[in-house]
Amino acid sequence: MNKRATFNGFWLPLLLLLPQLVITIVFFIWPASQAIYQSVLLEDAFGLSSQFVWLDNFKAVLTSSDYLESIKFTVIFSLSVAFLAMSISLLLAVMADRIIRGATAYKSLLVWPYAVAPVVAGAMWWFLFNPRIGIVAYYLQLFGYDWNHTINGRDAQILIVIAAVWKQISYNFLFFLAGLQAIPRSLIEAAAIDGASPFKRFWTVVFPLLSPTGFFLLVVNVVYAFFDTFGIVHATTRGGPARATEILVYKLYNDGFIGLDLGGSAAQSVVLMAIVMALTVIQFRYIERKVEY
Amino acid sequence: MVENRPLLTIISHLVLLLGVGVLVFPIWVTFVASTHTAADLMSAPIPLWPGDQLWENYSRVLSKGLDNPTAGGTPVAVMLKNSLIMALGIAIGKIIVSFMAAFAIVYFRFPFRMVAFWMIFLTLMLPVEVRILPTYKVVADLGLLNSYLGLTLPIIASATATFLFRQFFLTVPDELAEAARIDGAGPLRFMKDILLPLSRTNIAALFVIMFTFGWNQYLWPLLMTTDPSYLTVTIGIHQLISVVDTDPQWPLVMAGVILAMLPPVVVVLVMQRQFVKGLVETEK
Repeated sequence: MNKRATFNGFWLPLLLLLPQLVITIVFFIWPASQAIYQSVLLEDAFGLSSQFVWLDNFKAVLTSSDYLESIKFTVIFSLSVAFLAMSISLLLAVMADRIIRGATAYKSLLVWPYAVAPVVAGAMWWFLFNPRIGIVAYYLQLFGYDWNHTINGRDAQILIVIAAVWKQISYNFLFFLAGLQAIPRSLIEAAAIDGASPFKRFWTVVFPLLSPTGFFLLVVNVVYAFFDTFGIVHATTRGGPARATEILVYKLYNDGFIGLDLGGSAAQSVVLMAIVMALTVIQFRYIERKVEY
Repeated sequence: MVENRPLLTIISHLVLLLGVGVLVFPIWVTFVASTHTAADLMSAPIPLWPGDQLWENYSRVLSKGLDNPTAGGTPVAVMLKNSLIMALGIAIGKIIVSFMAAFAIVYFRFPFRMVAFWMIFLTLMLPVEVRILPTYKVVADLGLLNSYLGLTLPIIASATATFLFRQFFLTVPDELAEAARIDGAGPLRFMKDILLPLSRTNIAALFVIMFTFGWNQYLWPLLMTTDPSYLTVTIGIHQLISVVDTDPQWPLVMAGVILAMLPPVVVVLVMQRQFVKGLVETEK
């Protein structure tokens, strides 16, 4: 990680680093330490008086049934999003890797949802499933299912999973396709000469070789579902009906900015920071080691 | 391809077409909805073929917004301008700041280098979402609420781009820096004449990634902008759809949705090659 040839100097590198360091300290390190500090204080909503309460905020947060429900839903939600988005894009990538003619056209057609904002994805699916005029809801009703995500919590949960998966497919697709194209053709040819069918070749040769990409994407997808889906939830279901779609970030926003529970929301921040750090450490370990066979 | 299996090839095409269809379907319905009158969209089933209101709906949202007191009536054109400033500010600011920082960390030996390194890379782990309240307070104390600086600076702070540049600089052959030093080039000269041209593809890819990232920011502008003249288009969408149940102007709302997604999609499609290369190579 070190360069053989380097330059000397003290002021020049400092000057080059300065903008990044200043922004980092002012907008990251200071606020993060404030969050940790506030998480052990009990403050009134106006910030006039505060009292040191040790870990009471954490105790309150981690024993509140709302918060535990929110954790449970967030975990189920992010695992469903990761699983669905990854399976669909793996299938598409394997197919795109097979064909020769038109491969680039398919790639262009599959890549652009990457650029669509989560809130925009949410708005579109919200429209498609709108109980009154949505086209999908209309056909579901024709088949006898009375879709209504404004009343039925399960429907609302399915709605945000679909919107989140839809947006994430292209990102996973690009990585799986690159992973597939990096597999040496000779391995697959050898398996084919030994008489392995395409299906068998996939499960015994290709799939294990893709596992590093898969692990990397799993972490990225879970982080995406934890944090980037805020726009989908906030613009469409607003955590409802009856808190059915309240993911952790939405709850943090709701308790902190709407409910003005400063200590509780700071404790939630710290819990989330711990989750992100754990995920990042896992990700770095896999990047460093890259599962090999 | 190892062997010729026509049936499998046909299945592959079918699966891919189905995938493309599922991805395009919501956009198509949204686009169609944005070309009809509100009356056409009052009851199911709604039309699936474009109507004739395209020009009227789009020019109306662009110049006037929804004309609805609860939606604030901010014209979508203003929102698009704000989003553009924010996305460009984040993309360009981040590239400049992190290029310099990565250069200093990789090519210099100086005291506290590792301290600086860890201070910056610690932030890789903390998305803005987890520390919104204290960051909001800092920005408020600095008097940056409802300003472009307040919208962009806290987002620029994350170290992803610095990390990517560092990874790339480490792959640049040492001989280049040695040769430059023997020829008497100072660090700034080396940065400008050798490192910068070598990083062109990476910069292009980062630009696309950061532009979409900046354009699609949601939680931060939601907190930051109480003044309608600083609304970004992602927040505008939220305001548009939150009034639609009381005042169903679906065509206008859907026109806003299409306008909100168009710029980043165009950027990704135009710069697709550099983007895909940069995304897949650098993030691994």
